[in-house]
Amino acid sequence: LTAKSSDQLDDYIDAVAKAVALPVEDAWRPAVRANLEVSLRLARLVDEFALPDETEPASVYSA
Amino acid sequence: MTEKSDGLSASEIAQAVLTRKMSAFDAAEAALARIARHNPVLNAFTDVTADRARARARAVDAAIAAGKNVGPLAGVPFAVKNLFDVRGLSTRAGSKINRDLPPSPRDATLIERLEAAGAVLIGALNMGEYAYDFTGENVHDGPSRNPHDPTRMSGGSSGGSGSAVGGGLVPIALGSDTNGSIRVPSSFCGVFGLKPTYGRLSRARSYPFVASFDHLGPFARNVGDLALAYDAMQGPDPDDAACTTRPVEPAMPSLAQDIGNLRIAIAGGYFQTNVFPEASEAVARVARALGATRTVDIPEAARARAAAYIITTTEGASLHLDRLRKRPDDYDPAVRDRFIAGAMIPAPFVDKAQKFRRWYRARMLELFQSVDVILAPATPCVAPKLGQVNFTLDGVELPVRANIGIHTQPISFIGLAVVAVPVPLEPMPIGVQVIAAPWREDIALRVAHALERAGVAAAPQPRGL
Repeated sequence: LTAKSSDQLDDYIDAVAKAVALPVEDAWRPAVRANLEVSLRLARLVDEFALPDETEPASVYSA
Repeated sequence: MTEKSDGLSASEIAQAVLTRKMSAFDAAEAALARIARHNPVLNAFTDVTADRARARARAVDAAIAAGKNVGPLAGVPFAVKNLFDVRGLSTRAGSKINRDLPPSPRDATLIERLEAAGAVLIGALNMGEYAYDFTGENVHDGPSRNPHDPTRMSGGSSGGSGSAVGGGLVPIALGSDTNGSIRVPSSFCGVFGLKPTYGRLSRARSYPFVASFDHLGPFARNVGDLALAYDAMQGPDPDDAACTTRPVEPAMPSLAQDIGNLRIAIAGGYFQTNVFPEASEAVARVARALGATRTVDIPEAARARAAAYIITTTEGASLHLDRLRKRPDDYDPAVRDRFIAGAMIPAPFVDKAQKFRRWYRARMLELFQSVDVILAPATPCVAPKLGQVNFTLDGVELPVRANIGIHTQPISFIGLAVVAVPVPLEPMPIGVQVIAAPWREDIALRVAHALERAGVAAAPQPRGL
């Protein structure tokens, strides 16, 4: 990540933390950011895979 | 002091108890003595239910004396990861926070089923906090330790289960596996572990982690014991929404059947990268013993691991969201920070991961049209040192925690049946995954049994005690 995108991720962390009322103390921020970077990298790997619009999620609930 | 049940398998103890050559009470006392002797080193047990065990063992002996059928696990001591509800204990799930829960009013279904088959619960076992772990380390209870070298990890998150069985404290333990938490400790501690098909065994009254992937299953020192415990725990359970309504399909009757008709392949590509030589050697030994020469590519395995990671971190975050707000300082900081990050993943990524899961499942089921069993490493390495942060592979430094489960995650992602078999390399054992199609635990267990008979898979005697 560039310094700019790192700042943007910090802005995102601040915004989401506020929206879902999660505490993120300054001391935790580097670890939260590092985890989020990994998660978003892996999420992109999933996201870039083309699937048909009709694909059903693999949920397990059945009534 | 050596007790006469020390070193006996579960089936040998049951046979001795049923024929009254040994009492269930003596078997329980011997297990309690082993725990007293070795748990100070292994730290596998967090709770020892001695009074309950003695009372239960006496009841088993009385039932046998009265001519009653007490079941195939008569007098067999067992223990459970501390995320199983145990009547009278708070289900701590490796956490500090859950110690405030009231004592459980009722045992988990799988405990009830093992005890209905004559087994005797001895206690609850150490684990990584809230099961979000591959190391067996725990900041609240201290790490469970590897029975072959106590300076090394037991593996997680069912570390106490691997340590207790690998160390010979109990012949059978139960654990949970969301992304590899049965198969990783089996590999590091050199024991057999069964991660059944998703939905096969009831999870009722166990503490959850990721509902989409949570499985429960047994650890043992031989395949016969693994199958014995597995068969005793099968059956529908309305208390677990994901539990199958399929009838019980016992694995024991076919365990010793010939495997010559099975099509066995080695997982290629993704499963042959990022592995240490010992993992490759273990897979090669197993493949050689089985005459397996074909290699198959599991399609999009790296993406499957990524999708498993996303679903895990987000479902885990959802489970813990309110506790993260109210008691963030009572978590292991590393676990807390992973959960907080998980709460920040946009929902469309999670939905796509679940859709990808269905796509991947369909490809894997197609693959199982042409193979019956796929072999893959259980872990990329033998047990790392406790506290180890990085390892170097092919000159590249990689984080230990993030890489321990890379070969297990794409398999549990779609709930395939797997037996992790221990290959007793020196100085440390390592496991191989014997992977079968959904609902074919019988096939995975048969192959594991054949490997055991061939002397390729075996639980080594603990060398660290």
